[in-house]
Amino acid sequence: MGLLSDPVRRRALARLVLRLNAPLCVLSYVAGIAWFLALAFPPLTQRTYMSENAMGSTMVEEQFAGGDRARSFARDFAAHRRKSGALPVAWLERTMRSVGLEVYTQSFSRKLPFPDETHERYMVSGTNVYGILRAPRAASTESLVLTVPCGPDSTNSQAVGLLLALAAHFRGQIYWAKDIIFLVTEQDLLGTEAWLEAYHDVNITGMQSSPLQGRAGAIQAAVALELSSDVVTSLDVAVEGLNGQLPNLDLLNLFQTFCQKGGLLCTLQGKQASGRPHGPHGLFLRYRVEALTIRGINSFRQYKYDLVAVGKALEGVFRKLNHLLERLHQSFFFYLLPALSRFVSIGLYMPAVGFLLLVLGLKALELWMQLHEAGVGPEEPGGTSGPSPPLLPTQTVGLASLVAPLLISQATGLALYILPVLGQHVAAQHFPVAEAEAVVLTLLAIYAAGLALPHSTQRVVSTQAPDRGWMVLKLVALIYLVLQLACIALTNFSLGFLLAATMVPAAALTKPCGPRPLWAALLVLTSPAATLLGGLFVWRELQEAPVSLAEGWQLFLAALAQGMLEHHTYGALLFPLLALGLYPCWLLFWNVLFWK
Amino acid sequence: MAAPLALVVVVAVTVRAALFRSSLAEFISERVEVVSPLNSWKRVVEGLSLLDLGVSPYSGAVFHETPLIIYLFHFLIDYAELVFMITDALTAIALYFAIQDFNKVVFKKQKLLLELDQYAPDVAELIRTPMEMRSIPLKVALFYLLNPYTVLSCVAKSTCAINNTLIAFFILTTIKGSAFLSAIFLALATYQSLYPLTLFVPGLLYLLQRQYIPVKVKSKAFWIFSWEYAMMYVGSLVVIICLSFFLLSSWDFIPAVYGFMDHPIFFMFIQIAIISIFKSYPTVGDVALYMAFFPVWNHLYRFLRNIFVLVCIIIVCSLLFPVLWHLWIYAGSANSNFFYAITLTFNVGQILLISDYFYAFLRREYYLTHGLYLTAKDGTEAMLVLK
Repeated sequence: MGLLSDPVRRRALARLVLRLNAPLCVLSYVAGIAWFLALAFPPLTQRTYMSENAMGSTMVEEQFAGGDRARSFARDFAAHRRKSGALPVAWLERTMRSVGLEVYTQSFSRKLPFPDETHERYMVSGTNVYGILRAPRAASTESLVLTVPCGPDSTNSQAVGLLLALAAHFRGQIYWAKDIIFLVTEQDLLGTEAWLEAYHDVNITGMQSSPLQGRAGAIQAAVALELSSDVVTSLDVAVEGLNGQLPNLDLLNLFQTFCQKGGLLCTLQGKQASGRPHGPHGLFLRYRVEALTIRGINSFRQYKYDLVAVGKALEGVFRKLNHLLERLHQSFFFYLLPALSRFVSIGLYMPAVGFLLLVLGLKALELWMQLHEAGVGPEEPGGTSGPSPPLLPTQTVGLASLVAPLLISQATGLALYILPVLGQHVAAQHFPVAEAEAVVLTLLAIYAAGLALPHSTQRVVSTQAPDRGWMVLKLVALIYLVLQLACIALTNFSLGFLLAATMVPAAALTKPCGPRPLWAALLVLTSPAATLLGGLFVWRELQEAPVSLAEGWQLFLAALAQGMLEHHTYGALLFPLLALGLYPCWLLFWNVLFWK
Repeated sequence: MAAPLALVVVVAVTVRAALFRSSLAEFISERVEVVSPLNSWKRVVEGLSLLDLGVSPYSGAVFHETPLIIYLFHFLIDYAELVFMITDALTAIALYFAIQDFNKVVFKKQKLLLELDQYAPDVAELIRTPMEMRSIPLKVALFYLLNPYTVLSCVAKSTCAINNTLIAFFILTTIKGSAFLSAIFLALATYQSLYPLTLFVPGLLYLLQRQYIPVKVKSKAFWIFSWEYAMMYVGSLVVIICLSFFLLSSWDFIPAVYGFMDHPIFFMFIQIAIISIFKSYPTVGDVALYMAFFPVWNHLYRFLRNIFVLVCIIIVCSLLFPVLWHLWIYAGSANSNFFYAITLTFNVGQILLISDYFYAFLRREYYLTHGLYLTAKDGTEAMLVLK
C-alpha cells in the first residue's frame, strides 16, 4: 500500500490533514446534510416496483360486497362492548363460529413496571380471540393474519365489523392456499405481543399468557386494521416497526397497487426515529413476519369511501398474498420513503451519515497527530534535533487518567438506566408525586446531576492528569461516538441521522479552551434529551398543531415515560441505547469541556 | 497411448522454446506473480557466481536455494533452458503414469463394490466406465503442460518447477506402491521447501491402504509399516542434508534456506498470527493469543506506522460483527454479504497489523547495526524502504 508505507507521501498526507482540518470538517458536515436533503429529488429516488414475481403478474377481481353486513356486525360489537366494558369474548366466539371459523381464545396478564399515565393502566389483563379459516386443500403449513387491535380507549368496532364480514366472504371461496387467522386483540399492542409470543412459543417480555390451543402454520404476512368510522376519506399506512425495523417494500407496493386500483387515497406518516412500534405490525416484524398497519381517516375531504372499498382493497391484498411461494425477500428491507410511490435504497442514503461521521473521524485523526507532534510521527528521528519524546510513558499516564472519567460516565449511565424504575416506590414515599411521575422525575434528576460530574472527577484525578490529557479523552470519546452512531445508523437510519446531525458539531468543537459558556450551551442543546425535546416541538409544528411551552414539557415527560415503558414491555431499544450508550458518551465530552 | 502423450510433450516444448527465444522472457522473469525471492533464477545465478569466486553463496542473504540445486546447475548452467523444459516434461510424464495407475485402482475398487452389491440399484449412470477413464491421464498431462501458469514459470526459470517434479515423482512412486522411493522423493521435496512435509500423512495412508493394512491403533502391521516409512523418510532427509554439508563444507545453508533463525520467538509470533488469519474457521480466540504478545514488542512501538488506523479498523469491525449478524439472522434484513464484508475488513486489518510489526522489527534491526541517524551519500536524510 503505497500511501500507508511510503514516508514522503505519508508526511504530505499528514500535513494536509492537519492544515485543512477545519475546512474539511465543515465541508463534510455540509455535504452530509445536503445529501440528506437531496434525497427527496429525482435522481436519488426511484419509483417503487413489485419485485416478487409471484405477486406481480396475476390480476384479481375483487368481489367483496358485504358492506351492510360489516356495519351490522360493527353495531352489535359496539353495543356488546359498551354493555360489558371489555371485549365481548362470548359474542365474538359465537359470531366467528357462525361465520365458519375455528375459534380459540387466549388470556394474558402483565404488571407494568410503573403505571401508564397515557392509557391509565397498571395491572393489565385481557383476552384475545382469534378464528382460523383453514385452506380447503392445503396442508396448513403457511398462514396470513388479519388483526384488529381493540384498546381501552380506541373503539375499533368498525374494523371488527369489517373483519367479520371479510371472514364470511373468504369462507365462501375455494382458492385459499394458506390459512387465514382473524385476530382480535385486547389492550392493543400488549395483547398482540402476548399472542405473538404464545404463537412462536417464546417469552421475551415477561408476559404471562395461556398457551394457544390452535395454530395455523408459519405466518407469511400480516395486516393490521384500525378504522374510526364507517366512511373513510383516506387510508394511512404505517410501516415503521419496533426499533426502526421496516417490512419488505413489496408489501407496501402491493397495498399501494390496490389502493390505486380502487381509487382510494393513501397517505404515509413517517416516524422511524423514535423506534416505537406504531401499530401492531411493528411487533410482527420482530418475528420476521412482514406486516403493515392501515388506519382509516375520516377528515374533511370531499370524496368519501365506504367499508366496501376498504374491504375490496383488503381482499385484493390477501388474494395476492395467497400466491406467495416463499417469504417476501426480493425487495428492499432498508429504505426511506419520501412519498408512498418513491423510495430511496440503503446504498443511496448511507453516504449522508457517512459524511457526518467522517467529520468525527477527521477530528480524531487530527488529535492523534497532534498528540504525536514530535516531528510529525515517530519514524523520523533525524528530522528534529531533540530526541523524540518517550511516547510510551505519556501514553500510559494518559490511559490511566482516562479510566476514571470513562468508568464514572458509564456508571452514571447505568444509574440512569436502573434507578428510576427501581426507586419509584422510595421516591413516591418521600415526595408528593405519583409513581409514574416519580420515575420520570428521577430520570431527569440523574440526567441533570451528570452535569455536575466534572468537578467530582477532577478531584479524583487532578494530581496525575498531564496538560494534554483532555486530547486523549476527546480522542476516545470521538471514537466511541463514531462506533455508536455507526451501529445505530445501520439498524435505524432515521435515528442515526438525527443524532449524528445534532451531536457531531458539538462533539467536534468541544475544547477546554476558548469561550466555555458558549461551548457549554451548545453541548447542552445537543444532548440527547434536548434533541428529544426539540424534536417534539418540531413534530407538533409539522403536524400543524403547535404547542405552548408548558404543554410541550408535559408531552416531553409523557414521551420519556412511554419510552421507558416500551423498553420494558416490548423490548424497544431506544431507552437503553440513550441511557447506556449515548449519555455516557455525551458526559465524556462534557468532561473534556470542563477539563482543568 | 504413448503417441498422444509424445505429441503433447512436443507441442509444449515448442511453445516454451518459442517463448524462450522471444523478448517476453525477460519481462516474465521479473513478474512478482511468477517468481519469488525463494525461487527466482536471478538468485540462482548470483549464488553460482559467488560459488565460482570461492565465497559461500549464502553470505549476503540473497540466495535461498539448496546446495543440491547449486551443484545441479553448476554443471548444467549452459543448458538451463533445456533443463527446465525437461523438468516440465518429466513432471507431465510422471503425472500421466501416476494417474493411469490410479484409475486402475479406482476401477478395481468400483468393480469390487459392485460385485458386493454395495451400491443402490438404480445408479447405473453414475458408474464410471473404462472408456471415459481412458482419456484422463492424457488430459492431466495436457492440463499441466499447456497451463499458462506452468508455461510462465518455465519461461521465468523459477525453481518451483523442480519442486513440482519432485512432488510429481513422489505421487507416482506412492501410487505404484514403492515405499522406499516415495520416501526419498518426499525427502528431496521437503529438503527444498519445508511445506511438502505435510504430504507425509496422506502418502503413508495411501501406502497402507494399498497393502490392505487397516489403520487401527491396535494393528501391529500398521505400526511396523508406519515406522519403516518414517525411518526411510527421516533417513533420506538426514542423508541429503549431510550431503549438502559435505558439498559446501559448511552449515550456512540452513539459515538461508529455512530462515529467521536469529529471532525464533518473533517468527513464532508471526506464524501464530498467520495461522489465525488464514485458518478455515477463525474465531476471536485465535486473535487473542497473538495479541497477548504485543507487550513483548513494546520497543517496536515507535516504528509502527499505521497503528491508529489499524486499531480503529479492528475495533470498529469487532463492534459491527454482532450488529450485522443480528441484522442477517434475526432481523432477516441484511444478508451474508454484509457479514462477510466485515470479516474481510477484519482480516485485512490483521494482515496490515502483522506486516506493520514485521516492518518495525526489521527496521529496528537495521538501525541497531547501522546507526539511528542515517545520511545518504550526499549528506541528506536517508529513508528506509522495504523491498
